[in-house]
Amino acid sequence: MTAEKTLTIDGVQVALNGEKNLLEVIRGAHIELPTFCYHSELSVYGACRLCMVEVEGRGLVAACSAPVEPGLKIKTQSAAVRELRKVNLELLLASGQHDCPTCDKSGACKLQSLSERLGVRKVRFKAPVVVRPLDTSSASLVRDPNKCVLCGDCVRYCSEIQGIGVLEFSHRGSNSVVTPAFGKGLKDVECVLCGQCASVCPTGAITVKSEIEKVHASLENPKKTVVVQIAPAVRAAIGEAFNLPADTHVMGKLVASLRRLGFDKVYDTAFAADLTILEEANEFVARKKKGEDLPLFTSCCPAWVKLAEQDFPELLPHTEVAADGTQKTVQHISSCRSPQGMFSSLAKDVLPKEFGIDRKDLVVVSIMPCTAKKFEAQRPELGVDGSLDTDCVLTTQEAIRMIKDAGIALAELDPESLDMPFGAKSGAGVIFGNSGGVTEAVLRYAAAELEATPEGRAALQDVVMEVRKMDGVREFTANLSIGTIKGAVVHGLANTRKLVRAIKEGKAHYDFVEVMSCPNGCVNGGGQPVAQDSKVVAKRREALRHIDASLDFHRSQDNLALTKCYEDHIGGAPNSHKAHHLLHTVYQNRKRIANEPLALGEISGKEKIPVTVCVGTGCQLRGAQELLRQTLKFVDQADLTDYLDIRATFCMEACDRGPSVTVNGVAKQHCSLDDVKAAIAKALEEHPDEEFRNATVRS
Amino acid sequence: MSTVTTLNLDEVAKSYEAAASLCARRVVICAGTGCMAGGSMKVFAALQAEAKAHGLNLEIELDFEDKAHKDGLLTKSGCQGFCQVGPLLSIEPDGILYGKVKPEDVKEIVEKTFKQGEVVDRLLYKDPATEKTYRGLHDIPFYTHQTRTVLKACGSLDPEDIREYIHNDGYKAAMKAIQEMTDEQVCKEILDSGLRGRGGGGFPTGRKWEMARIQPKGKKYIVCNGDEGDPGAFMDRSVMEGNPHAVIEGMMIAGRGIGADEGYVYVRAEYPLAVARVRKAVADAEAAGLLGENILGTGFNFTVHVMEGAGAFVCGEETALLASIEGKRGMPMPKPPFPAQSGLWCKPTIINNVETLASVPLILLSGAADYRKVGTEKSPGTKTFALTGHVANTGLIEVPFGTTLRDIVLGVGGGVTAKDGSIDPKGFKSVQIGGPSGGCLTPEHLELAMDFDSLSSIGAMVGSGGLVVMNHQTCMVQVAKFFMQFTQNESCGKCVPCREGTKQMLALLEDIVEGRATEETLPLLETLAKNVKLGSLCALGKTAPNPVLSTLKYFRAEYEAHVHRKVCPARECKALMTPEIDPSLCKGCTVCVRKCPVDAISGERKQPHKIDPDKCIRCGACVEACKFNAIAGV
Repeated sequence: MTAEKTLTIDGVQVALNGEKNLLEVIRGAHIELPTFCYHSELSVYGACRLCMVEVEGRGLVAACSAPVEPGLKIKTQSAAVRELRKVNLELLLASGQHDCPTCDKSGACKLQSLSERLGVRKVRFKAPVVVRPLDTSSASLVRDPNKCVLCGDCVRYCSEIQGIGVLEFSHRGSNSVVTPAFGKGLKDVECVLCGQCASVCPTGAITVKSEIEKVHASLENPKKTVVVQIAPAVRAAIGEAFNLPADTHVMGKLVASLRRLGFDKVYDTAFAADLTILEEANEFVARKKKGEDLPLFTSCCPAWVKLAEQDFPELLPHTEVAADGTQKTVQHISSCRSPQGMFSSLAKDVLPKEFGIDRKDLVVVSIMPCTAKKFEAQRPELGVDGSLDTDCVLTTQEAIRMIKDAGIALAELDPESLDMPFGAKSGAGVIFGNSGGVTEAVLRYAAAELEATPEGRAALQDVVMEVRKMDGVREFTANLSIGTIKGAVVHGLANTRKLVRAIKEGKAHYDFVEVMSCPNGCVNGGGQPVAQDSKVVAKRREALRHIDASLDFHRSQDNLALTKCYEDHIGGAPNSHKAHHLLHTVYQNRKRIANEPLALGEISGKEKIPVTVCVGTGCQLRGAQELLRQTLKFVDQADLTDYLDIRATFCMEACDRGPSVTVNGVAKQHCSLDDVKAAIAKALEEHPDEEFRNATVRS
Repeated sequence: MSTVTTLNLDEVAKSYEAAASLCARRVVICAGTGCMAGGSMKVFAALQAEAKAHGLNLEIELDFEDKAHKDGLLTKSGCQGFCQVGPLLSIEPDGILYGKVKPEDVKEIVEKTFKQGEVVDRLLYKDPATEKTYRGLHDIPFYTHQTRTVLKACGSLDPEDIREYIHNDGYKAAMKAIQEMTDEQVCKEILDSGLRGRGGGGFPTGRKWEMARIQPKGKKYIVCNGDEGDPGAFMDRSVMEGNPHAVIEGMMIAGRGIGADEGYVYVRAEYPLAVARVRKAVADAEAAGLLGENILGTGFNFTVHVMEGAGAFVCGEETALLASIEGKRGMPMPKPPFPAQSGLWCKPTIINNVETLASVPLILLSGAADYRKVGTEKSPGTKTFALTGHVANTGLIEVPFGTTLRDIVLGVGGGVTAKDGSIDPKGFKSVQIGGPSGGCLTPEHLELAMDFDSLSSIGAMVGSGGLVVMNHQTCMVQVAKFFMQFTQNESCGKCVPCREGTKQMLALLEDIVEGRATEETLPLLETLAKNVKLGSLCALGKTAPNPVLSTLKYFRAEYEAHVHRKVCPARECKALMTPEIDPSLCKGCTVCVRKCPVDAISGERKQPHKIDPDKCIRCGACVEACKFNAIAGV
């Protein structure tokens, strides 16, 4: 080793290989420096100060933010360094409510494990007196600011990897907090519920919202028949909690465990993944043949779907006017429900008849690697007349907790088989859990259905190898009988955002785009057990491929149970009328500011009659601004400001019938100033307060 | 545009000289924040009216075309420094400085001084120690003990008149840098002068500039750090208010030195007058063609933006300041990369303090060698300080580096005052220098030469230059607690040692002053202070423990008295005092008995009273009521 390319760590010479900072060099030398705020995929933050080391001639430096220079002499251990780390941990332990026994993160908490590792046995500092309220507004996540160590990992992950940025720092000094804008709840901001913040959180400050008790209640209710579906990626990770390798073996033991917990039937979401392939591939082929609505974006990832609804209304169904003046509805995102959605819809349609029970007595529970699936399950459109298709969503973490809580020694159980027919699947359904898996499954389907020649099929094999890579965006080109398909596979929402922008700007052209919000796909979902390093996630990816290899069938169309299911229950073929009813969905534009009207007059003590004028785009185009102006003028001239509370509001969702005005809760569309005057006069006349009624005369 | 490119600095100066020489007197009213708060602009208006009433021809704006003789020019200046006796009014060539001038004094000034050339004695400065009266700047000890260079123009020029600045050699140094010097020469001249950053650290300015200069050509920025936030410091405010053009000129020279064409002045938003004056100065300089594209036809471009601070102390830290300009939350970033390499919007950026930049034109005009004649070998030049606390003359001062603490406190400051304001020759206990980042100096440091290195060698720092003088009635634990409260509030909350460590240090100090401290408190406080200093991310945290560490070093016995004996020797910590009535002072008037809300005081009329310490709630009502200062410990 030459001196130019080495440095010395604790007396040992270490070769440099282009590491970006000292921390990487030291960890590469197998010294696990403690950190809270360092993640190789995120920007360097330098706040936890645990990775401080002694550099000869420079004193203590934070290794994460120190540039690598050959010849440095570094000591990672010294009295000063040890004391500093310990004091820092003590300060953090004293900074909030770090009550390990009752914490959701106990066992996976960095603060806990580092305190143990560094031998903190006493906290000499005072605990805080202020208790901050929890944010339980989100469908999937709970934020407990009392456990936050302000490492900023969630802040940076949300903005840098996911491109969302709903979390930021606020306030100063020891009042600093991580919070959504203006202290709102996560529900009221543009959180897509991917749950990666909970995964990177080193403590219990962001955790998954538990539905365990709800599931237990159903299991114990004798009137209910409880079935459970297991998502593909779950089997790749659940073994980690029981020191088992991830393979089919684990899946069998999981089935046995779930039966012991009291589930009446145990099914496989991979069955619905096969179903998704048939529906989505046929949807795609139809679009490709017509040359319309391309690219098609996949819709199995609920976090991505929510982002599309929030930020990319141009991908949702919308009207476009062609040069010749003709109008047509365009939709880029697939109308397919996610596999969870398809499964539950089908289960609620088929199983009550089969079991001879009412729909309301069938409980569908899903075990998902995903936190956003909890939100998806609560979408009203994924249900029938207010009765949701999916009743409860457990993340992999919650399923593990239930099994452990019941004292079931999963590892010791003999594997059991899934229940049929919804336990049958092909390998294509299983690889859904990996980024690129959906695309590979589609290509497998296409190779058989759309490509006749052996050479063509061999060429597709090369395309699959491209798709299996792990770059943020992978592009591929496949030649099929229906034409050349250009596609992209993207994971991470910041990558996705860039890709969508490139498509919008005409810089990229695709026919098919697979999107997964979580880097690496569902195997690394926000509901999975916390992966301490990237190797764990790579193992999960491998596991799904092994399971695929071990199965008899590898193409969705070869799933015989599925073919039968189409014949018996789904109108005979993909994209049939029944299939559309059961397996497809609609989207809602969420690019709205809801429930936050802007006050336009002075607010006095008296309860005024609310008058809201919509100034959303649709109403705006139909003269809402002018109507608002005239209304304000009228109210002012008629001296009614004390009685009326005029507010501008965002969309009332009656865009084609604007301007929309609501007076005292009564909405009127196609509204003119005279209509407003009449409505105001009526509201005043009917007011219980005499003073209001008298005001009518003046107006 | 022709008027802009042909503006001739010499001609402006000459015209100004000619017009000014037609005025018999120059009357300057201080329009610094202190004097303005004291009503100096009312004096200005009253004087204008009074002069008119007496038929005096008192100009308020020089008209270059008007060749008639005038009785005087009435103008305003930036801070003249002697804030203690403001509002200030100086009259030249009479050499008179009137203090505490009120509008009702104006009549007498006009009648006596203007009309008859007589001095109004009662408005002159009187030394509280010697009772001696002084006429003006040339003999008042507060001024004669100083060397005012950076502040010189502050106290005499109208900060809102660019012509006065030009008349005073303004923008000459910038034109010299642009027309006669290469970028390398500019940096070298500053390096040779030994100028060190006045913002706190004392980093050699020339070295910083050179680091930015050698970065690849392209977009670069100059940022003036005017986010002065130390409690008790107002040097930068005074310079921005009093001589904004010097700051702009310094930025132009820096821009020339490193190859930057754009600058930002980041002014503390709580300094509205400074914001307004810097904005006006930038606008006037732009109008005169001294800022913008192709400055005075030289081909040099330089634009300046004025930005109001975000209201956070931490934004004075350079990386946090840059984040703030970029519109982000003001939080420091780890260095390297240094801003000179990658700063504002990732471009090489020089961030200099206001006073540093205001010194730059002086150096270029007189030369590096000349600049080095003042000050010490390693800390050349002068330093401004804000002198406050228990000292007779508070205000803004400027002395050469190397001046002893004695000269400042006893010479310029005129001595230490007791609680009642009288001079106490033996009253000096300590000086807190450098604000919440600095340390304290004690009587043993009275002969210490004040410069960057000797101060840091004893655990203090020049800092931005706040000097708070404290007498023996000051409890040093309370002083440490005050500054810790400040840094705790102002920590950005990013790194653990600063955010949590300062909070816990404050809690420990509160334990000490409230009598809850145990044997473990002081060792724990010291351990914590050491680790906050070592572990923090930026200078705010790294220096936050200094007030604690230095008071612990020099006043350990005082801490120990609090901890072990539960006594506050300075009698400031209420929780540690036993309420008592001095029988030799008590006249038995019974006022306190009647005032006490809990009936803790008893005693016969005309006999010394007693307080029952167990009943007393230390509300202090009796102390306020007692006319004989007989009650203590409440």
